[in-house]
Amino acid sequence: MKIHIKNGRLIDPANNIDTRADLFVAAGKVAAVGNAPGGFSAKRVIDAAGLVVCPGLIDLSARLREPGFEYKATLESEMLAAVSGGVTSLACPPDTEPPLDEPGLVEMLKHRAKTLNLAHVYPIGALTVGLAGQQLTEMAELRDAGCVGFSHADVPLPDNQVLWRALQYAATFGFCVWLRPQDGYLAKDGVAHDGEVATRLGLPGIPVFAETIAVATIIQLMRATGTRVHLCRLSTREAVAMVRAAKRDGLPLSCDVGIHHAHLSEMDLGYFDSHCHLLPPLRSARDRDALREGLKDGTIDALCSDHAPVDEDSKLLPFGESEVGATGLELLLPLTLKWALEMKVPLAQALARITREPARILGLDAGHLSEGYTADVCVFDAEHYGKVSAAALKSQGKNTPFLGIELPGKVRYTMVQGRIVYDAGTG
Amino acid sequence: MRNPQLNDEGELRHLLTIEGLPREILTHILDTATSFVGVTAREVKKVPLLRGKSVFNLFFEPSTRTRTTFEIAAKRLSADVINLNIAVSSHTKGETLLDTVDNLSAMHADMFVVRHAQSGAPHLIASHVASHLHVINAGDGRHAHPTQGLLDLYTIRHYKKDFTRLSVAIVGDVLHSRVARSLIHALTLMGTPDLRVIGPMTLIPAGVDKLGVTVFHDLERGLRDVDVVVMLRLQSERMRGALLPSAQEFFKYYGLTQEKLALAKPDAIVMHPGPMNRGVEIDSAVADGSHAVILPQVTFGIAVRMAVMSILAGN
Repeated sequence: MKIHIKNGRLIDPANNIDTRADLFVAAGKVAAVGNAPGGFSAKRVIDAAGLVVCPGLIDLSARLREPGFEYKATLESEMLAAVSGGVTSLACPPDTEPPLDEPGLVEMLKHRAKTLNLAHVYPIGALTVGLAGQQLTEMAELRDAGCVGFSHADVPLPDNQVLWRALQYAATFGFCVWLRPQDGYLAKDGVAHDGEVATRLGLPGIPVFAETIAVATIIQLMRATGTRVHLCRLSTREAVAMVRAAKRDGLPLSCDVGIHHAHLSEMDLGYFDSHCHLLPPLRSARDRDALREGLKDGTIDALCSDHAPVDEDSKLLPFGESEVGATGLELLLPLTLKWALEMKVPLAQALARITREPARILGLDAGHLSEGYTADVCVFDAEHYGKVSAAALKSQGKNTPFLGIELPGKVRYTMVQGRIVYDAGTG
Repeated sequence: MRNPQLNDEGELRHLLTIEGLPREILTHILDTATSFVGVTAREVKKVPLLRGKSVFNLFFEPSTRTRTTFEIAAKRLSADVINLNIAVSSHTKGETLLDTVDNLSAMHADMFVVRHAQSGAPHLIASHVASHLHVINAGDGRHAHPTQGLLDLYTIRHYKKDFTRLSVAIVGDVLHSRVARSLIHALTLMGTPDLRVIGPMTLIPAGVDKLGVTVFHDLERGLRDVDVVVMLRLQSERMRGALLPSAQEFFKYYGLTQEKLALAKPDAIVMHPGPMNRGVEIDSAVADGSHAVILPQVTFGIAVRMAVMSILAGN
């Protein structure tokens, strides 16, 4: 279908565009930016006056809970949540049940996602069989099945020899390894940042050095193996400084931060609010401020939703027994905008953190609106403020610390491969 | 964020933690307890303040002693007492905590006395129950044990009168201790100027100084000239991990002996929340000596729990 999006503010960070310009879409591709191609006659015209038109958002971590945890969420509910949040591509971690450690599982997931025909799904394969931390998976086979990287999700990998071998093997094929840096032993039994709040609330702590020691280990192994590594969900000021130094040394390192950690701190635990039971834990205000700065100066490449839908019963438990995670796909854009406003970051630079940069980390030629490329588009109202409500969330997970909080940004249309998959006017 | 323990009038609705309570409420509890100390010494040890009310002792973690003191307190207030020992592990599937609470609420409970191994469990229950129900935290994880904190406060007031001139040392496993946390909040609230915690680094939690205490790792230095010594119970399982090498070494460096107690003020009192490990954190000569006020603590504990229950029921 030929679509003409007119009068919008077109922001395409990858092409350095931030201007009032029309977008023309035909046959699933961007047909033109600015002036209509010869003989273009639109089937549908969208008036985007007062709205921002940008590449569809790319999320580096969204748990879809399939296979294995369908009571928490299904592909249907979460893909709908994705597109209603303007997300057109997402990477999903391998900690499903069973984990994504076999090509068949990955193919099935890709197939299910394709059938739904909403956002693009990019599975991250398991680094070891069953995420058990012992035997390497068939990474090349998994790549052929559709995996774009390999990770150990949030499961500890205590044996550094296995990690070393896994990095070597991945480097053999040029694969990127995604690691959430946390020393499993140091973090054992911990449920909150090891600091003043955890001490007050009597919650077992996870010290800062559980993260920094893991980052140091990974950096040394990168030097030894030359492997490309993406660090997931940094949470400490010290780790940001270590990444900054490693990047200065030219190591092929990238990293992201979750939307919750860019806004919240240990103080938000309040009286044991289990919505703030997250991994890594919400840390001190000082750490949060360093993450926000790192995101601004580019040390941190991308923001991600770290979407983890959890059923209500699993949150209605004492803090330490409650399940970790928060729903995030529909808050990625609002919380990115909020960060940008508070940090005085230009909109185009902020959007790069959720379009161009995650595309680069995933190794995708996406996240931009160049002529002739796939038309994955998000049209949103940056001036609109709305309260987060459980009823309005499309995700099956209603678990978020931001319930009742007013946030900027409302997605009006989401387009995947030139097809309108979400229209706020029709739901 | 509203204090979940107080009702719209600012009165005590639940007792979950001492942290964040106004000083007036603490003083009111202590004063009310004074009037009950007489009751417990009488021949007929009952007052009718809770007649017709049902108090449910909801113990998700076994504790005969604490449960018994709550039971006695409730019975002396003429309440009906139902004891439930619900041994659960976090991995046991089955009825959830809140389902259990809903079921018991349907049996017309008026008050829940809750002990749970997880910090914050009483807060969760308090946020969930109907508005006429009261929740008393009888110990949650490492977080709080407010009635113990209050009875410690009562004991200190009884012997030392003025909180604002005291040096108090809390000795031992502060990391895992809800007793220590509650007492720290209670004493800082009452204006105690010199509050010390003493223990090896492995048993002192991160950032504890932010609670208003001075940290000592040397028992002898920490005990110098204190008015009150509070010994904490050391659980035997702490010796199995990497926190401590042995009970013997712990006793040698952190156990309270007559010799070490001599460093404190001559009229210092020694407290312990019980049950004691003689020869681990405290020497028998001290436990049975003239400075110890450990048994009066137990007696005061019943009066303090009666005070808390009667105040909650009246609000």
